[in-house]
Amino acid sequence: MSDYPLPVTHVIDPSTSASERDTFLERFHGWVVTVDHKRLGILYILYSTFFLLVGGAEALAIRIQLAYPHLNFLSAQVYNRLFTMHGTTMVFLVGMPFLFGFANYVVPLQIGARDMAFPRLNAFSFWMTAFGGFLLYYSFLGGAGLYGVGNAPDVGWFAYAPLTSRAFSPGHATDYWALALIVSGFGTLGTAINIAATIISMRCKGMTLMRMPLFTWLFLIVSMLTLVTITPLTAAQFMLLIDRYLGGHFFDTQAGGSSLIWIHFFWIFGHPEVYVLVLPAFAIANEVIPVFCRKAIFGYSAMVTASVAIMFVSLSVWAHHMFTVGMTSVSNAFFTLSTMLVGVPTGIKIFNWIATLWGGRIRFTTPMLFCIGFLFQFLIAGLTGIMLSVAPWDWQLHNSYFVIAHFHYVLVGAIVFCIFAGIYYWYPKATGRLMSETLGKWHFWLFVIGFHITFDTMHFLGLLGMPRSIYTYQPDRGWNSLNLVVSVGGLIQGIAVLIFAYNFFISYRRGKVAGDDPWDAWTLEWTTSSPPPVYNFEEDPEVHSRRPLWDLKHPDDPDWEYES
Amino acid sequence: MSSGLVSHPARSIEWHLPSKRRVGMTALIVGESAIFTIFVVAYVFYMGKSPSGPTPAQVLEVPILATICLLSSSITIWRAEKAIEDDRMGSFSVWLGATISLAVVFLANTALEWNRLIYQDGLTVSTNLFGTTFYSLVGLHATHVVVGLFLLTSVFIFSLFGWLDSRQSERFGAIALYWHFVDAVWIVVFTVVYLIGR
Amino acid sequence: MQTCRAQGLIRRTSAAAWLLLTSHILIAQGTTPSTLAPASTPAHQIFDLSIFVLTITGGIFLIVGGLLTIALYRFRARKTDPADEPAQIYGSTQIELAWTVIPILIVVVLFLTTARIIFAIQDAPKPKSALDVTVIGHQFWWEFRYPKYGVVSANELHIPASSDAAPEATFLKLSSADVNHSFWIPQLAGKTDLIANHVNTMWLDPQKPGLYLGQCAQFCGSQHAMMLLRVYVDTPEQFDAWMRNQQQPAHQDAAVEAGRKVFERQACMNCHTVSGTAATGRFGPDLTHLMSRATLASGAMDNTPANLRQWIKSPDTFKRGALMPAMQLTDEQLDQVTAYLETLK
Repeated sequence: MSDYPLPVTHVIDPSTSASERDTFLERFHGWVVTVDHKRLGILYILYSTFFLLVGGAEALAIRIQLAYPHLNFLSAQVYNRLFTMHGTTMVFLVGMPFLFGFANYVVPLQIGARDMAFPRLNAFSFWMTAFGGFLLYYSFLGGAGLYGVGNAPDVGWFAYAPLTSRAFSPGHATDYWALALIVSGFGTLGTAINIAATIISMRCKGMTLMRMPLFTWLFLIVSMLTLVTITPLTAAQFMLLIDRYLGGHFFDTQAGGSSLIWIHFFWIFGHPEVYVLVLPAFAIANEVIPVFCRKAIFGYSAMVTASVAIMFVSLSVWAHHMFTVGMTSVSNAFFTLSTMLVGVPTGIKIFNWIATLWGGRIRFTTPMLFCIGFLFQFLIAGLTGIMLSVAPWDWQLHNSYFVIAHFHYVLVGAIVFCIFAGIYYWYPKATGRLMSETLGKWHFWLFVIGFHITFDTMHFLGLLGMPRSIYTYQPDRGWNSLNLVVSVGGLIQGIAVLIFAYNFFISYRRGKVAGDDPWDAWTLEWTTSSPPPVYNFEEDPEVHSRRPLWDLKHPDDPDWEYES
Repeated sequence: MSSGLVSHPARSIEWHLPSKRRVGMTALIVGESAIFTIFVVAYVFYMGKSPSGPTPAQVLEVPILATICLLSSSITIWRAEKAIEDDRMGSFSVWLGATISLAVVFLANTALEWNRLIYQDGLTVSTNLFGTTFYSLVGLHATHVVVGLFLLTSVFIFSLFGWLDSRQSERFGAIALYWHFVDAVWIVVFTVVYLIGR
Repeated sequence: MQTCRAQGLIRRTSAAAWLLLTSHILIAQGTTPSTLAPASTPAHQIFDLSIFVLTITGGIFLIVGGLLTIALYRFRARKTDPADEPAQIYGSTQIELAWTVIPILIVVVLFLTTARIIFAIQDAPKPKSALDVTVIGHQFWWEFRYPKYGVVSANELHIPASSDAAPEATFLKLSSADVNHSFWIPQLAGKTDLIANHVNTMWLDPQKPGLYLGQCAQFCGSQHAMMLLRVYVDTPEQFDAWMRNQQQPAHQDAAVEAGRKVFERQACMNCHTVSGTAATGRFGPDLTHLMSRATLASGAMDNTPANLRQWIKSPDTFKRGALMPAMQLTDEQLDQVTAYLETLK
């Protein structure tokens, strides 16, 4: 029946006869025109899962090419397009949509609302993001055609000027990059506005800001940060297009323009962007960890304060990506300091998670395993980040494989691990069925082993002087065996992700029926059915503490007696 | 399972949250401010750095009349807001019409200024750094004025047909907020381009 | 259960395994451009600082990682657990303060140590006797100019070794003729970018003569990967000899007159300079002393007659995307011009 977000046939209302159910076209149409936050959330997640597989394939092609020196698996031109697309895809078409998909699905349920503040804007934003992605990939079909990988952008995901100027990038590859991201950037902006307005204006009775689940708090912070993060990139991309099409000189070094100003603008976007990506990972961890160690999160107020601090300080660190461009020693010192300082609230969060685990009763379900991986890996990522913040050391490590190792530790080791945790955790809510625990554990162990084989080794390649963005390397530099090891780990991760994709799709029909609250959790989304009805809650909820369902389950020991 | 059981016995609370329209528009304004900031930074960074071509002092005339018109339109739209809140729809249409007229004068002035700059002074986007940054920044602002004008004109037409009353005052408030933002940006652009930059 | 303890164990074992596996690689190869084998003051200072930072961050990893591992083991759910929930602990202001203040103190220590090295390297005063070299980055080759000597070279940099008795620092000025590049010889110094319209500076004072490898470290287009760097640190005698040769105009040899004519008439001179001849092009590398270099095309292949001939015939063979066009010469012209270039010692 079209009331439900998914055409679940066995779990709810089995009496519907075939003739009463909508036709396939009617159901498909329902999905295309939907403004329901749950359906849009699922669309975002399906979209990102698809591009995760595409981006992963690009990564595997890269690793095959680099497994041996002077391999000819990919030509230089093809390789440069693939690494550009891999980075652009993973950040804009996987990371952001996955995380906004989670926000879309879960936030209204957690705050007891019926939908997002602006449902039609929500749909518009999704389709803008989706179209931006398709436009980006359409570039593969342009130019010399598919075999030469068409007209796909080949300037690196950071697209430094003046390499992107008409003089050095004739053809349309750079235009695809700029336009596709401008389009999807509007979608991102719309979603950020929507999430902020929803959280501020649509909380149910009694849910003060300090009673919101931390997941929701972090998305409030993320959406505010996004407003001032994605927009500088949009502005810079407009400037780039003005240069390329209207003869402008923003980045035209021959006419007095500056390459440095592009680099500043890009990283003014680029650094807060990685916080836009990682704060939602924290959001997921803040939900999963307490539930699976059976304790409330330790230091709720400190977590909120630390997250807000991260939001502000992260706006002041961008030039640690620019230690080698020739800034003054004073500037370099400043950015070293600000970068080290942003590590403090981040570290505090890790300590609070450990304190949450301490004294608990830890259940090692698949979502919890991924969160444990996240904790170890994010700790290491943060520490290599501190190493990179030391400007003189960065003069060696910048643009080397050490940096690639560091940011993959964050993007994969922290963020993707949390995304997997979140999917295993909320899949039962969205579909009414649990994903297979056995397949989940296979997925986890293969993935974590492959991850470490690849990315631990990569740190050493950087220390041994291997730069990034190179389609091949000389055989006498001592990098050969390490590269092979890195590539093998990549293949293992690929297998793990395929197991995940299989589990994801097969559990929809064959998973164990979940019920409303399969994990014995405490936030509002677990009080509705799985999947929730289209209107979410029969009556508007009223809450009196941070864990309304805990209060219900423990009337003798409710949270509101302890929360200040 | 329904959610009604979550309520704690008895206590029903006063619950007021900010209007989602105001919050949404404010969020949009924050994002747009970031875009404008980047263009202003580029303008300031490149001040005095053009290797050739007309300089601001040579070709720019301070658009005093246009500025007065645009800034006054903030006052007229504020009057219109008050009118719709009090359900005085006739007054509303008048004040809204005044706002639109002032905006049109502003845009006409920009158009005339650009016509003169392009055809008489030979300044285009590709002439030099000043040309690039000037047209981009002022053009970005003018685009926002055009969008605002479109919104205001639509509302004006609705009001002429009698389709509006005080129940839409919050919606109109969001549009007015946008319009105030456009004016505030003009204050910054005007100061940077026509006062400091010359 | 066993799973998390296993996980902690796996992490520890893999860390040890990596260390064992890679340690022999780290010490091994002489041509590895390793940041862990510094041979010049800036590289040494960076290396020493990095050991200090690694010690502190390593300590943090052991403590925090250790606590995490202990928590996962000690508080795992057991079948013998009571049925109710464990004690709910909501927080502790003192603990929060403690683990805010301690990290801030660590940051202060790290920052002050780092700042000292930033200033020591970046703001090092330039000695009067320093050698000046101007480096200009091109798509996909390096131009080196020695202003005081009037010498222009390409791709292979020669600088004198420095010793305590005779300190001899080299100060580089870096810029670009096109897109962004980055000069990186890990054993000698951190990298510095080459940016058009923007002159950067850096310095080296390598102590041991030898060959040091590096390459461009900022993505600059299709053949970024093959924009390789060779720095020859010469003894003072070797450096003088090299410089004296470089200062000579090109060798004249009547036997290769035909080749020189091909060079000048087939547009080679539009891009290349051969000093003392009519060829004064600046777009491509200076070829006056081409045969004094060990490699061609910025390290892409060894400098042999066969490679040189093939390069001129079709640059795409070695470096597809390099900006040198295939000149469509006949076999006879190729033989002649190669023979000519082979005389430019």
